[in-house]
Amino acid sequence: MLNVKAIPISAWIGLIITAVFLFAAVFAPWVAPYPVGETVGDVWEPSSAKYLLGTDNLGRDLLSRMIYGARITIFIAAMATALSFILGSVLGFAAAVVGGWFDQLMSRFVDLIMAIPTLIFALVVLSVLPANVVTLIFVMGLLDATRVYRLARAVAVDINVMDFVEAAKLRGEGRVWIIFREILPNALTPLIAELGLRFIFAVLFLSALSFLGLGVQPPDADWGGMVKENKEGIVFGVPAALIPAAAIAVLAISVNLVADWILNRTTSLKGGRNG
Amino acid sequence: MAKAPRKDKTGLLLDIQNLRIEATSYPPGEPPRNVVIVDDVSVKLERGKVLGLIGESGAGKSTIGLSSMCYGRGGVRITGGQVILNGRDLVKGGPRLLRQVRGKEVCYVAQSAAASFNPARKLMDQVIEAALLHRICSRAEAEKRAIGLFKKLGLPNPETFGQRFPHQVSGGQLQRAMTAMALCSEPDLIVFDEPTTALDVTTQIDVLASIKEAIHDTNVAALYITHDLAVVAQVADDIMVLRHGKLVEYGDTRQIIKEPRQQYTNQLVSVHHIPHEQKNPNDAPVLAVNNITAAYGGGLVKVLKNVTVDVHLGQTLAVVGESGSGKSTLARAITGLLPPMEGSITFNGRTLSPRLANRTRNDLRELQMIYQMADVAMNPRQTIGTIIGRPLEFYFGMRGRERDARVRELLDKIEMGTGFADRYPAELSGGQKQRVCIARALAAKPKLIICDEVTSALDPLVADGILKLLLDLQKDENVAYIFITHDLAVVKSIADAIAVMYRGEVVRYGPKTEVLKPPFDAYTDLLLSSVPEMELGWLEGAMKNRRMASAGN
Repeated sequence: MLNVKAIPISAWIGLIITAVFLFAAVFAPWVAPYPVGETVGDVWEPSSAKYLLGTDNLGRDLLSRMIYGARITIFIAAMATALSFILGSVLGFAAAVVGGWFDQLMSRFVDLIMAIPTLIFALVVLSVLPANVVTLIFVMGLLDATRVYRLARAVAVDINVMDFVEAAKLRGEGRVWIIFREILPNALTPLIAELGLRFIFAVLFLSALSFLGLGVQPPDADWGGMVKENKEGIVFGVPAALIPAAAIAVLAISVNLVADWILNRTTSLKGGRNG
Repeated sequence: MAKAPRKDKTGLLLDIQNLRIEATSYPPGEPPRNVVIVDDVSVKLERGKVLGLIGESGAGKSTIGLSSMCYGRGGVRITGGQVILNGRDLVKGGPRLLRQVRGKEVCYVAQSAAASFNPARKLMDQVIEAALLHRICSRAEAEKRAIGLFKKLGLPNPETFGQRFPHQVSGGQLQRAMTAMALCSEPDLIVFDEPTTALDVTTQIDVLASIKEAIHDTNVAALYITHDLAVVAQVADDIMVLRHGKLVEYGDTRQIIKEPRQQYTNQLVSVHHIPHEQKNPNDAPVLAVNNITAAYGGGLVKVLKNVTVDVHLGQTLAVVGESGSGKSTLARAITGLLPPMEGSITFNGRTLSPRLANRTRNDLRELQMIYQMADVAMNPRQTIGTIIGRPLEFYFGMRGRERDARVRELLDKIEMGTGFADRYPAELSGGQKQRVCIARALAAKPKLIICDEVTSALDPLVADGILKLLLDLQKDENVAYIFITHDLAVVKSIADAIAVMYRGEVVRYGPKTEVLKPPFDAYTDLLLSSVPEMELGWLEGAMKNRRMASAGN
């Protein structure tokens, strides 16, 4: 069972910071002092009691936009990661279990997709499709699923040759049972550790897309978009662009700290209660 | 530090006094605990003598063996006692002394030579490494010495043997190369840690004989660690029986095997004497394998050639042979994992489809399998209740309370309590795991169970318990077994019929008494004569009388 005292300090830091971000994201309308799109002050005001983090390039409260931005950033990244994991792991497991031409077809197709740089591929696709949240999630999720597929397949291939899977096959179990009851529980730990990393990559990817103008469209804001809006300020010594950038970095580090901790807790195939 | 005189023929070499070895274990979810692995054990070894350390796994025999070079594997600490080698206490000596001693005065032969050699370097470089490192002799001299040892150990082409890589020689040869490596720096003491356990019976006897000869010729002292009393009886002068890190009995070999004083030693000596009345074949066989030929790699490598065997209801067919003889492949062909190219399999009056995918659920249910490695044959993330309960759900549609009741009943049958249903496989001992696998097979109410080396990974006493259980269950459930094994002692205790396999063919087949009655064919003779017997001087007699060289020679 989870022993609270056994959690290392680094994981605590990660857990607390991630929790703060999640809280801000979920309760954005109640936490944010001002509405997201409302101009409340002058352009690029410095931080004050009224505007804790100052204002942005149009005079909107930066803190409020950060909080709403967290909501959009985390929501899209989480949905894209969930999509990539469900798709990637199920297909990866299936490829390992079914084998043969299905495995070849899937794996070569995934190789093909992975041969194209992700960002360029996403830019091309997004410039054709309507720019909305659903498209973003699907494009990011599908592209990331290729990475998850490779991991899931590699893990499952190893498990698939173990005697307990053979025993299940001899019993006459169907593929669904073998994938979800024999392989999935044993592949879960590496996949969860990967989940943390993939989520962060999704945040970074989304930010990059938004910075390039193909991600979340104004007046909604995500952190990457906010960096873009405020980037001219840096020339005049206004730190407004650095704040969302720092938020991306802090979220990335804190989620990674948690992921590292889960990775360390990975019990091997020996299994048992913990892990 | 006085340099002890080397190479005098007699005198005390190793003197371990009141050794105490501890380790810290970290059970999940509990505070770390101190575990005493070896408790107050004293060992004395004269020059040129061989001491056998014997006991089941966890007895601390390897730990004691390694302590003679003052080495603790995996965080094990020597917390008390003295290890005096050649008059110097290694425990107090510090790393400098240890570096001097290891590889020069004490050498180590590991159980798995295959895992202990560096696969990227040639054998010769590894064999002479210690001798060069300690500047015992020049490279040319060391190579000459190694070639001499290769010759003495009966390795093929001793002149060029050292130019090969570890993967280019067989397991038995590798084990002998490791012995050559240990002997090369002419140490005073060699620790043999189960050097023949991982080998086939027919290979084991060769390696054993060459080790014995090498020990005799070089006058080196040895600690010989094994769980097989019959093996150690052939090489050791004295035997030390250990259990749970404590000394049980110590005496010369003759006394230990002929007149054991402790009850535990007696158990070890009398293991594998299960009384079993041979049953005669009844009218219709439950499984008939007709002229099966099977191959891997699309017909390229034929591993089964024209195999024909029958199994009768409630009886046991033992399939014996060395590794690579096709015994496990026969099991794979019968279960449908490897569809045979030719021949047919009749089960219970029906012809079985060659492919697993085309078999009916009833066929699958009536033919169950138990694996060698019980710990990988069970899903580590499922509880014992789920593991045993799944066949009940799957074949009989049992759910909820009905299923749980039947699981309890099955746990009872394998002599395990009800509390086990909620445990995970990792929380069981080796013998218990194998019992659970038996229960899982029984849950399907099979007519035939294929047992693939089910006892070879277990300690002798535990294996004995499993065999007795299998025999009792056969009586109760009238189930037939195909018992795949390389252990002829097991065969003698449980089989009704025997099929001897060699290179994919059945060379001898019939009721047990007939198969085990002379005259034998050459291979059966080799197989039978290779099983170590608990007799002094058995090894010499067996080597003299064999008519055929074993594989890998």
